[in-house]
Amino acid sequence: MLSEYWPVIIFLAISVGLGTALLVIGGLLGPSKPSVEKSSPYECGFEPFADARMKFDVRFYLVAILFIVFDLEIAFFIPWAVVMEDVGLTAFAAVVIFTLELAIGLAYLWKKGALEWE
Amino acid sequence: MNWQDLQVAAPEIIVLLMACGLLILDLFVSEQRRGLIHLVSLLILALAAIITLRGIPAIDAVTPVMAFGDTYVRDSMGDLLKVFAYLLMAMMLIYSRHYLRQFDMYRSEYYALALFALLGAMVLISAASMITIYLGLELMSLSLYAMVALKRDDKVATEAAMKYFILGSMASGMLLYGMSMIYGATGSLQIHEISQAIANQGSDNMILLLGLVFTVVALAFKFGLVPFHMWVPDVYQGAPAPVTLFISSVPKLAAFAMTIRLLQDSLGGLHGDWQGMLLMVGVLSIALGNLAALAQSNIKRMLAYSTIAHMGFVMLGLLSGTPEGYGASMFYVITYALMSAGAFGVVIFMSSKGIEADNLDDYKGLNQRNPWFAAMFALLLLSLAGVPVLVGFFAKWLVLQAVVNVGMTWLALVAVIFSVIGAFYYLRVIKLMYFDKADIETPISAPSDFRAVLTGNALLVLVLGIFSGPLIAACMAAF
Repeated sequence: MLSEYWPVIIFLAISVGLGTALLVIGGLLGPSKPSVEKSSPYECGFEPFADARMKFDVRFYLVAILFIVFDLEIAFFIPWAVVMEDVGLTAFAAVVIFTLELAIGLAYLWKKGALEWE
Repeated sequence: MNWQDLQVAAPEIIVLLMACGLLILDLFVSEQRRGLIHLVSLLILALAAIITLRGIPAIDAVTPVMAFGDTYVRDSMGDLLKVFAYLLMAMMLIYSRHYLRQFDMYRSEYYALALFALLGAMVLISAASMITIYLGLELMSLSLYAMVALKRDDKVATEAAMKYFILGSMASGMLLYGMSMIYGATGSLQIHEISQAIANQGSDNMILLLGLVFTVVALAFKFGLVPFHMWVPDVYQGAPAPVTLFISSVPKLAAFAMTIRLLQDSLGGLHGDWQGMLLMVGVLSIALGNLAALAQSNIKRMLAYSTIAHMGFVMLGLLSGTPEGYGASMFYVITYALMSAGAFGVVIFMSSKGIEADNLDDYKGLNQRNPWFAAMFALLLLSLAGVPVLVGFFAKWLVLQAVVNVGMTWLALVAVIFSVIGAFYYLRVIKLMYFDKADIETPISAPSDFRAVLTGNALLVLVLGIFSGPLIAACMAAF
């Protein structure tokens, strides 16, 4: 029973090992010239510690929305692709229709200029 | 999936394809020729109506046709509701064109969103599985939220859209929670299998009952029934008038179908349990809706409370649990949608140059400004109040009859008493139109297609009242 968990344990060991090894090697071999900017936490180009009630650039929003749309698309495609041979033609047709609908939406956005940053 | 499945869902497929086509068409149509989008939208509705009507071989001989692995159904109830949904939406589009121009909202998104909302309503009407029901509901609701928020710069509209969105999402969450419990108790999502499972194992199951409670709460939210009615007045007031018209008509038909599918077709075995719940929300809605409407000075809010009261009546028919009661409720919800479309049509008619005529005082002396429309509005209001010969009376009559036939005479009495109280606020508007002097005496008019449709709408209320037989028979035959 427990032997079924071997892959998980091996995966954990490799990831912990690799992560530690990379950090240690980087610390030992890399040059170290710290400055204020370098040591401060990275926060997507914002001041890391400031009032949260500030104006956001609307572009972030656009990127986020686009990311969600295509991320969901992938989340839908991958399970289908894995079992594609078993689920047959109906599922294939469904995915084609789904993709077409997304494409229509994207074409509409594009032509309307919703993807323009400026 | 085979050919027959596609035929069963043909109206939905056509509306989906054409709505997507409309989006693409809009990219190539210049702003001056936006009338084309309007015409194409009406054409889509006509096409959908033809396809739906061709599917009814004989309205009294109904065997529901299942499709897509029993997740989709086509029956005469669905067909009838869909045909009225097309009709209401066509009226809404013709009413709104005038308004959209005046309010600088004449964009094709309005049409696309309306068509997608209609598609959601159609899926909801025909859904025979919990997942399909949820899918239709979400498609409809999400399109409606966006339609309410279409006037982006308007503070009130944005606030209304926000409230609608948050409360609507909560209701969807409740529905999902209820569905998951029902699934846990019966082991199926298909409505017929659920009903079978309940028949086999009996209704004495705590999880099933909890699922039922959540489902009823979600339905009450969507209908806007007391005590889940808080969003109704705010959304009705804040949304642009044509969107309010839409919210008060097509989604109500869909919500009715959803109630039948969930409570009767799948949880029919628990009738004894949900009867009490519907009784409570129904009576509270009739009482609070009619009383609160008396105190309103904004006509959209007044009509919102009137919706709450009318939906309470729909619950009375449903709770009787007899085919007669369901038919009466269906007749009620269809005729209510027609009357409310007409009433909001008049609100649209009165609005001009970016100002909505939503105060009751704006209707003072309408008779001097446009006697014909004052008469039409009076007709619609009298029908909403339930004055005999008009269709609103027969709707109330049938529902009350169904309630009396299951031995709840006291309930009918309560409903009648509150309706009489409610008649006051409809009559007050008529008094304002005919016996008060107008503040502004300039005559008002509208484009000819608008006038024709509004006249037709108001006269339909009269004609359906006098010749109510066929529609009543069609509603009764659906169950």
